[in-house]
Amino acid sequence: MLIPCPVCGPRDIREFTYKGHASYLDRPAEDAAPEAWNEHLHLRDNPAGPTRDLWYHGGGCTAWLVVERNTATHVIAGARLTREVRDAG
Amino acid sequence: MADLIATSTEGRTLAEADGLSLSQTPLTPIWAIAPYRGKAGPTSEALAQAHGLPFPAPGALHEAEGARIAWSGLDQAFLLGVRPNAALADHAALTDQSDAWANLVIDGARARDVLARFVPIDLSPAACPPGSARRTLMGHMPALILHPGGDRFEILVFRSMTGTAAHDLTRAMRALSARAAL
Amino acid sequence: MRVDGRGRIDRTQPVEFRFDGKPVTGYRGDTIASALLAQGQVLMARSFKYHRPRGVLTAGSEEPNALMEVGTGAAMTPNVRATMQEIFPGLVAQSQNRVGPLDRDLLSVNDLLWPFLGAGFYYKTFMWPRSFWERLYEPIIRRAAGLGRLTPEASPERHEKAFAFCDLLVIGGGPAGLMAALTAAKGGADVILVEEAPEFGGRLLSDRQEVGAAGAATWVDGIIGDLQATGRVRLMPRTTVTGVYDDGSYGALERVARHVAPAPDLPPECFWRIRAKQAVLAAGAHERPIAFPMNDRPGIMLAGAVRTYLNRYGVAAGRNVTIFATNDAAHRTAIELQEAGVRIAAVIDSRREAVPQGDYRLIRGGQVIGSKGRRALREITYRTGERVDRLTTDCLAVSGGWNPALHLTCHLGARPVWDEEGKMFLPAPGAVPGLTPVGACNGAISTAACLREGVEAGKAALKALGLRAPRNVTVPEASDDPGRGQALWFVEGKGRAWLDFANDVTTKDVKLAAQEGFISVEHMKRYTTQGMAPDQGKSSNIAALAYLADTTGRGIPETGTTTYRPPFVPVTMGALGAFAEGAGFAPQRHTTSHAAATSRGAPMIEAGLWYRPSYLPRPGETTWRQACDREVAMVREAVGVVDVSTLGKIDIQGPDAGAFLDFLYTNMFSTLPIGRVRYGMMLREDGHVMDDGTTARLGEHHYVMTTTTAAAGQVMAHLDFVAQGLRPDLDVRAISVTENWAQFSVAGPEARRLLNGILDTPIDTVCFPFMACGAVTVHGVAARLFRISFSGEEAYEIAVPSRYGDALYRDLVARAETLGGGAYGMEALNVLRLEKGFITHAEIHGRVTAYDIGMQNMLSAKKDFIGKAAAARPGLLEPDRERLVGLKPVETDGVLTAGARLFSDGSAHVRETDQGYVTSVGPSPTLGHMIALGFLRHGPERLGERIVMVDHLRGLRTHCEVCAPVFFDPDGGRARG
Repeated sequence: MLIPCPVCGPRDIREFTYKGHASYLDRPAEDAAPEAWNEHLHLRDNPAGPTRDLWYHGGGCTAWLVVERNTATHVIAGARLTREVRDAG
Repeated sequence: MADLIATSTEGRTLAEADGLSLSQTPLTPIWAIAPYRGKAGPTSEALAQAHGLPFPAPGALHEAEGARIAWSGLDQAFLLGVRPNAALADHAALTDQSDAWANLVIDGARARDVLARFVPIDLSPAACPPGSARRTLMGHMPALILHPGGDRFEILVFRSMTGTAAHDLTRAMRALSARAAL
Repeated sequence: MRVDGRGRIDRTQPVEFRFDGKPVTGYRGDTIASALLAQGQVLMARSFKYHRPRGVLTAGSEEPNALMEVGTGAAMTPNVRATMQEIFPGLVAQSQNRVGPLDRDLLSVNDLLWPFLGAGFYYKTFMWPRSFWERLYEPIIRRAAGLGRLTPEASPERHEKAFAFCDLLVIGGGPAGLMAALTAAKGGADVILVEEAPEFGGRLLSDRQEVGAAGAATWVDGIIGDLQATGRVRLMPRTTVTGVYDDGSYGALERVARHVAPAPDLPPECFWRIRAKQAVLAAGAHERPIAFPMNDRPGIMLAGAVRTYLNRYGVAAGRNVTIFATNDAAHRTAIELQEAGVRIAAVIDSRREAVPQGDYRLIRGGQVIGSKGRRALREITYRTGERVDRLTTDCLAVSGGWNPALHLTCHLGARPVWDEEGKMFLPAPGAVPGLTPVGACNGAISTAACLREGVEAGKAALKALGLRAPRNVTVPEASDDPGRGQALWFVEGKGRAWLDFANDVTTKDVKLAAQEGFISVEHMKRYTTQGMAPDQGKSSNIAALAYLADTTGRGIPETGTTTYRPPFVPVTMGALGAFAEGAGFAPQRHTTSHAAATSRGAPMIEAGLWYRPSYLPRPGETTWRQACDREVAMVREAVGVVDVSTLGKIDIQGPDAGAFLDFLYTNMFSTLPIGRVRYGMMLREDGHVMDDGTTARLGEHHYVMTTTTAAAGQVMAHLDFVAQGLRPDLDVRAISVTENWAQFSVAGPEARRLLNGILDTPIDTVCFPFMACGAVTVHGVAARLFRISFSGEEAYEIAVPSRYGDALYRDLVARAETLGGGAYGMEALNVLRLEKGFITHAEIHGRVTAYDIGMQNMLSAKKDFIGKAAAARPGLLEPDRERLVGLKPVETDGVLTAGARLFSDGSAHVRETDQGYVTSVGPSPTLGHMIALGFLRHGPERLGERIVMVDHLRGLRTHCEVCAPVFFDPDGGRARG
């Protein structure tokens, strides 16, 4: 698998580690309802198809990425820096 | 009172085979320069003024008057050979990394073949032209690979892993020599 | 039998090797199979289950029969295909899976039991008593039915692994692959051309044919020259692509030096990871055997293999050869053998309309229905209509047509598509993105079609790469005869008809499977073991499914194929694990004090990738305990020195550095004064403890964080995630400085005195109180000093640039020794911290909360931080949770062990009554007994209670008293000095 690091270009999967779904970026407020925290921490979809998840380019530039990939076809549609995803809202 | 003697700041040759040499460079200053938020421009200007070097684009290595600057990661570059001018601290986090990295140099026509044993990226002239800096892995070790030009590649690995890196590269060089004799 | 004037072997270079202990002479360029055939040694192996005599079936990597053990001692490799192993002087090969000599294998008795040994025999027979399976049945069966032996010794072989990159990967160096490579290279693409055989050419070297105006072999030589002249082609002979992976990744096994005697430094194999933008599959085709009764005798071979032995090796596979064919192409075998002076007994063609292509006896509409000959073929029986005849022959060349070698196109999950017209499976269109199958593996069997498709694929690849097709490539003239014929998978008759030679699967087994309901091809495969041998059924899978289709009355496309997975050919574990042998298993991280510690005889223990001294023995000390007790006492009474450089150190700078740390840690750091250190704890977002350590404030916007050794990498990644993903609003930069600093802890009542001997400006407790930090100079070298303690004594950590680490460590230890102290290791460090109740990752193992370790007071209410919300959730704050306590044995000599379980006194020692567990233990010389930390339900409420520690693994039971986790100097007066 190749992940298109926006900084380094396409790189082998061995340079990356996986964290989880991109929704980890959407951290609830400190005083959010327990349900919101439960959702944030524990509830995940398991799609057969497109998904967005977090990868760390620890074997490269150390950028955290949001990778759009298809779990059924393994096709990676793209990758963006997490901070740009955040900045874009 | 005794002095503290620094270990092996001198360069040394580690292995030679078939026109290939593996050596370790003398320790020289290495400083990480990480521009603060929105300070990439001022950092680059300050670098140009003090050292005649730009802040490098991802993957780039520049050289000027005994100093070099290599892109070394997201929003980060290594200034090599000189201590950064103090004015840079206004725009960027400066961190001394001079003792953190061992610089192993592999030079020779088959340098790329040796690195191909360990490095999962394309180092061909088309993909990695002279003046390149790449963050990648050497085997399981984090590495910064500098390619100033010719057949010379500098592999910066963590100081603590120097032995493993030298051992691996030497083994690959020997295997290539043995292959060449087939 | 060697044939003059034929073959590509070098007859000026005889090569002697040994087969089953006897010397055999072949020529340079021979395989074991060709050299043995040349000697008339047809018998080469015993079959898997029935131990039937077997010869070679093929001349390639698909060989199911002729598997051998090659090499001796620890370097012996089992299951080497004799058809692939080139001979070299000194090569030692042995036949395998036999008891006694090959020609009198005692286990051939199994063959007489064949009526009982069908599919599912083991499952049905050895069901009970159940306990007999592991103890009796399985060992016996494994010994009787099997392949080569594994040597129990570690292999001395040192293989390679490597990465390669190219614009175009061409898999297969036959006519299609050569033209694809040439076209692409001339168009400016960087090409890797891999070929399984030692020479490029494929069938062009195996058959006698013409390409262009010349003989095919001459044409191949010319093309190789052209390819080299482009300067863009990397030729990789003796290389097999073993697997296709996502995004243009290919695995390939190069047999670097399997064809020469082993030599130091020379890797026998190299496993390549090839990244290609485009790929062309030109893997050719595998010839089909026909499943007729008793079709497995030595001397019965594939017709194409017979031609290969003749044209590549100058070997006639028999003196009196019969051909059994379903197609025109196989007739070539008769013609070529006749030209070489070999007698043709007959060509038996299953088609009534077959036309002779030369001067030989043609039997039309014939089918072979039996064979005779104990260790080699002597006679065959064949049927024409109702009539049955016999024919004396010593070699039967069989051809049932060709199966495209499309395996690699299925590695990403695609299924092949049945082509009714060609009666063959073809690669599914678009099966592998970027990979184009051409030539025989795409159903284009004729040489002309292969050459043409190769050129077209080369052009298509250029287009996909954005390059222009060259003008100067033309398709050379060649035979356009596809040699097609009839599909004939099996011949009914009396006796067993083998499908899978390697696993001894016959048509009877497939029929039985179908009768018992295993009609799915995947079920049939598993029930019969069809296609599960080292050859993975390359010569048998399609025939087996055709037979299954016939038995179940379905068509072949409805029946479908089994799944083809990597690897395409067997790959040695040594090649996959290259560079990871011995010390290469993982990088070794050495501290700057490594040499000094090992020179003192310190046994090193692994801490992640780091190596740290376990203890530093002194003369007269014979056990670790003696050294450990002394080292602990040394620190408590004088001064000890230990290298703590392995702890993670992260430099944090920026205007928002304080806010960043406040968010990461449960407690406050923005309020930490400059020149002070604070202990901090960080949680995961789920409310459990992630790591702990001290962080020092060096400047207004400058902190340096310390992590545990174990979690250094994880914490650095976490900081990057928080900085980039959760709080990109903060202006902060974090960088690891672990490697830049050599850091040593100097601990004990004499610590300050020792340091003041080397600091350029001495310190005292007023200017440098507990938890102070600052810049100092040591012998003129700029250093950092932190007054922190992991031992409970007055202690300092001094950090210098790594280049001075060795010198400083030696100096500190020497000075400590003059003060009655010295170096200490991990064992003593562990005891010292246990006596103080300091936790490590043995305690914060991922399932504990701040509450569990009694640190809930460190959860700041004044700010948000990672894990805050979850740490407060119900369930994580219940008193009955397993919470940190100290444990001491009731009897002074009571033994405590880490991992042991805790039970209330008087309760049963079972899971239901489990009260907790022990995490760390150590012998405390200070207290005179073992001490432990552990987690106990309601722990802090049970101080003084007597409980029982049970170690089921070691059969230990120890009565303990629950106590506070701090065993020594509970008010901390010693550390504050």
